[in-house]
Amino acid sequence: MSQVDTSHDAHHGDHDHHGPAPGLMRWITTTNHKDIGTLYLWFSLIMFFIGGGMALIIRAELWAPGIQIVDPMFFNSMTTMHALVMIFGVVMPAFVGLANWMIPMMLGAPDMALPRLNNWSFWIMPFAFTILLSTLFMDSGGPAGGWTMYPPLVLQMGDSFAFVVFAIHFMGISSVMGSINIVATIFNMRAPGMTLMQMPMFVWTWLITAFLLIATIPVFAGAVTMLLTDRFFETSFFSAAGGGDPVMYQHIFWFFGHPEVYILILPAFGIISHIIPTFSRKPLFGYDSMVYATASIAFLSFIVWAHHMFTTGMPLAAELFFMFSTMMISVPTGVKVFNWVSTMWRGSMTFETPMLFAIGFVVMFTIGGLSGLMLAITPADIQYHDTYFVVAHFHYVLVPGAIYSLMAACYFWIPKWTGNMYDEKLGKMHFWISTIFVNVLFFPMHFVGLAGMPRRIPDYSLQFADWNMIATIGAFGFGFSQLMFVYIIFKCIKGGEKATGEVWEGARGLEWTVASPAPYHTFEESPTITPNTVTR
Amino acid sequence: MTDSSAGHEQQASAAQHPRATSKAHAMVAGKMLALAVGMFGFGYAMVPMYDIICEITGLNGKTGRVSIAEAEAAQAVADREVIVEFTSTINASGSWTFRPTTREMRVKPGQTYQTAYYAENLTDRTTVGQATPSVTPSAAAKYFNKTECFCFTQQLFEPRASKDMPLIFIIDPDLPLNVDRVTLSYTFFNSPDANSTASLSPTLTGFTQEISQ
Repeated sequence: MSQVDTSHDAHHGDHDHHGPAPGLMRWITTTNHKDIGTLYLWFSLIMFFIGGGMALIIRAELWAPGIQIVDPMFFNSMTTMHALVMIFGVVMPAFVGLANWMIPMMLGAPDMALPRLNNWSFWIMPFAFTILLSTLFMDSGGPAGGWTMYPPLVLQMGDSFAFVVFAIHFMGISSVMGSINIVATIFNMRAPGMTLMQMPMFVWTWLITAFLLIATIPVFAGAVTMLLTDRFFETSFFSAAGGGDPVMYQHIFWFFGHPEVYILILPAFGIISHIIPTFSRKPLFGYDSMVYATASIAFLSFIVWAHHMFTTGMPLAAELFFMFSTMMISVPTGVKVFNWVSTMWRGSMTFETPMLFAIGFVVMFTIGGLSGLMLAITPADIQYHDTYFVVAHFHYVLVPGAIYSLMAACYFWIPKWTGNMYDEKLGKMHFWISTIFVNVLFFPMHFVGLAGMPRRIPDYSLQFADWNMIATIGAFGFGFSQLMFVYIIFKCIKGGEKATGEVWEGARGLEWTVASPAPYHTFEESPTITPNTVTR
Repeated sequence: MTDSSAGHEQQASAAQHPRATSKAHAMVAGKMLALAVGMFGFGYAMVPMYDIICEITGLNGKTGRVSIAEAEAAQAVADREVIVEFTSTINASGSWTFRPTTREMRVKPGQTYQTAYYAENLTDRTTVGQATPSVTPSAAAKYFNKTECFCFTQQLFEPRASKDMPLIFIIDPDLPLNVDRVTLSYTFFNSPDANSTASLSPTLTGFTQEISQ
């Protein structure tokens, strides 16, 4: 198969098409799914360091009790911006980048269904984030009321609030366009003979994620538009004086916000479902149950939103409903974890860097999932609400969860992207250093949280000092060890051991049937589906 | 150059992938776009839905309203007494004196009672105030009915003016037996500029006011 494609590519060299256009314009006008995937991945890597820098400012201030380095207002805008950048600027674009690169190749399609829309989806993002970050340099400062932007607090911020809202609108438009493109690609561009239940898991999880995005991002856009009109045009959606209700904002926001957290993790489940079978040299255990579990999680994510609001004084019946529906999510999630473990069971396992990150994901994501179950218990949550325990919970599912899956994906597919193997020794070092520091960083937050340290506050009582100092050490260790990742990527792009088309021994899936690096155009002629080219 | 090459690319891929027609893409993209637009509308539809659900269930402590005739028709329950407490809060944006004239009343469910809140405009400007009610426990909210309340309308105050604002209420005899104490709390706001709000979105303002009663 790889033979076919290389000759195909050479053959095309004679024609008007073609490799990429030369120069900078290649990246601005490109409609090639691989170019756009690359752009998304670079963008999110840059944002990862911007958001990470904000996290280090937060942790530096929390090194010791008292106000040391930044003033409290700036601290608040750091916590707010860190979240907005990491969620909308890092994890989401990185997953979209991987979708762009891999989904057409996994489906045997020549490109995304709507290539020009694809170009638009990406190029909106740098503008959106320039607008968002520019608020930090405005007179009234960046958003400082938390990324959830609860009124009435958020309505007290200065006029730069309008820029925040428009930045969110742009990000939303980008995500929705990207999702529409992914859905159209998956429905219309599969290689002849590939049924939905033969699709690779990454494609399945992205299909469901795309539906979640299309269904919830517009609700979020509506909520921030209501905030905008409340702030500038004297409507009273959330102002009690005009007959509105601030608690209603929380309902609308979390109706978006809870599916959003699954948007941030479902593609990660897909990635892990590729890596673990590859390095266990076994097919994925329980493919069908993986698909149904993903769909169940997506469905449940729409009926659990008020577990973020247990302290707003809901009636008992609602508290019970949201508590039990939240706990129910652990059933399909447990199915996934058990399937990954069963895939490894009696496999011929090897522990290359992607596999290390994948196993790290399974272990540490499960820790985050268990603290999520604790938070789901209503009476306990009233104690945990807005403490560092919550911070520990969602960082465990997002950093050694979503971010680790992204690292794993980069190591797993970078030989396919560049044609070179990355430096395995450095990769393993990156994993172990990151894993030690990420636990030093986030595990103590459980303790200070249970002991009552509130989140989003620049100062704290003396009894929390020791654990905060340890967390800050972990933060700087983890932050700076990510420079290794950048070094490994550059080294891999520049050269290294040449990768074969298959890259990993026995890897299954259409993406491994093309040459490494993947030619600029792949699958211009549809591939034939054989049992060896489908992942299940 | 790039435009034409992009177009060419699409044509080429469409030709070689007969299954991937642009019509099929437009179908899927159109449906997805409709879903996105529909969900944007759903976000706004949650506003009246929320108010209606709160009104039916009394979840957010919003009180009920009955006509005088209905109130007179109700039978007082002689052997049950409920304590009603009155509290007041002034929103940070306003400069008012605002307090109940009675702190606590012992009432029989099914009988009509009258009390009042006292308000004084502490500024030298003509100001409009608006009170919003809330009942605790929220399970009692829908059994706390009013036939007349100053919270139904916006209250106009001349500079430094003051007045007692009446409140006529009746507790529904169906009030759950485990409730023996009900707290009625009012928050008094500076009303947003009535004219400009009305001109911007008359239906919205009208609607939310109606619901808040």
